[in-house]
Amino acid sequence: MSSSMIIGQYVPGNSVIHRLDPRTKITIIFFFVLIVFFANSVMSYGLLTLFAVGSAVSTKIPANYLIKGLLPVWFLIVFTFILHLFVTKEGEVLFSIFTFDFYTGGFIQGLAISLRFFLLILVTSLLTLTTTPIEITDAIESMLGPLKKIRFPVHELALMMSISLRFIPTLMQETEKISKAQASRGVDFRTGPVKDRIKAVVPLLVPLFVSAFKRAEELAMAMEARGYQGGEGRTKLRELSIGRLDIYIYILFVLVIIGLFMTRS
Amino acid sequence: MSQFIEFRDVSFRYREDQPWVLENVSFTVHTDEWLAIIGHNGSGKSTIAKLMNGLLLPQQGEILVDGIVVNEETIWDIRKKVGMVFQNPDNQFVGTTVRDDVAFGMENHGLPRELMLKRVQSSLAAVGMSNYQSHEPHRLSGGQKQRVAIASVLAVAPELIILDEATAMLDPKGRLEIMETIRQVQENQDLSLITITHDLREVIKADRVLVMNQGRRWLEGDPREVFAEKDALMNIGLDTPFVTKLAAELSAAGLNIQREPLNHQELLEELWTLHSKM
Repeated sequence: MSSSMIIGQYVPGNSVIHRLDPRTKITIIFFFVLIVFFANSVMSYGLLTLFAVGSAVSTKIPANYLIKGLLPVWFLIVFTFILHLFVTKEGEVLFSIFTFDFYTGGFIQGLAISLRFFLLILVTSLLTLTTTPIEITDAIESMLGPLKKIRFPVHELALMMSISLRFIPTLMQETEKISKAQASRGVDFRTGPVKDRIKAVVPLLVPLFVSAFKRAEELAMAMEARGYQGGEGRTKLRELSIGRLDIYIYILFVLVIIGLFMTRS
Repeated sequence: MSQFIEFRDVSFRYREDQPWVLENVSFTVHTDEWLAIIGHNGSGKSTIAKLMNGLLLPQQGEILVDGIVVNEETIWDIRKKVGMVFQNPDNQFVGTTVRDDVAFGMENHGLPRELMLKRVQSSLAAVGMSNYQSHEPHRLSGGQKQRVAIASVLAVAPELIILDEATAMLDPKGRLEIMETIRQVQENQDLSLITITHDLREVIKADRVLVMNQGRRWLEGDPREVFAEKDALMNIGLDTPFVTKLAAELSAAGLNIQREPLNHQELLEELWTLHSKM
């Protein structure tokens, strides 16, 4: 297994966006996703695009990496556009092929919806590109903090997430080991009809599950031996802090929102 | 020397209908000593470790750690005093990075952050892993992971560290690495050490050895005394080191080896002075 294996799609860096508190990023993305639906003029769309693309550029992540990451959704974006082109029949006839008329309304609508889609996906993928999974976990734990009052197990949830993240590479290494061991005993994972290939997965999954449960038991024992007794009275090494940078970004974002409502038609 | 741990007629079994895993075991561990517990699989040696920090509680007899009886109420205090390193390097690594893992125990005990930062540095330095702070576990070797596990235990500043077969899953290089780390740590800090193993080579440097067999205390003494009982050790399924076997063969061949050698150097010493002793 390569040592460069990364979980998720995090790209290390030291840009402004990388250094932001993960809670700031999540909050801004949440509100961005909401306000995207309020844009309805060229100017307002332009403003949001400027904000999103500006953020993307400031991360210093190579553009082709970003575009490649969005590859699976390009299809959806284009499909949305074409669908609107065919279905929406408003405005003047733009052009017609054979007897089918295409309208300007459909063209504009399609463009707007596709752009919305693109903006949403770009901004949300910036979060996972610039934030390590463990930072996201910390942010979620911190932001769900108030739910502790209604006895929602916030700490346990965060711990579960971080332990899963910790064990993903371990279990992947194990899967590789087991599949090699089974292949050496003649299990064929690659060829044959689909039904046989699905059957071949069983001797892979069973040992994997057995070992995962064994690991879980040993891990629980090790955690207990190290004094783990739930979230009560626990301190944390990793600290989240809202800095001056976060405040500036919040101010900038509020300006964008004001700008959006001024440029709406 | 004061005693740090005392077992008083301790018996333990996992379930009512099962045989005793430990039967009337009594022994003491002194402050600052290195005690090695050896025994065959199923001799109860790992159970002893789990009893010492309250992962298991005995059905009969009592265990005293630093004068405190181990029971439901005291286990959290006892776990601060007694740290444990387990066999599988992967299954005791809780944090996503080395730094987080070392901090885990301290976070549990609610230590302030400034102290944690300091202790993370010092304990990683003690095991020679300072340059790996932000490494994820899958980028470390087994030996390195075990060193991190030792650092995590050291960070809580316990008075006793138990290594429960901590080298069993490592390659020879990793095993040497860990034994060397343990030796250094014990030399530089005031702590008692218990190593649990079935490999007799690992007990040579210990101050005292406790041999367990079928849930009973079978033999206790310093390593030399224990090795002298090599035939009996073989009988209970423990493999003696090469030097011990060689010494036995030499004795059988008529050479007069007076002192049980613990390593090659000592055997050599015996052999080249052999003639002058005759």
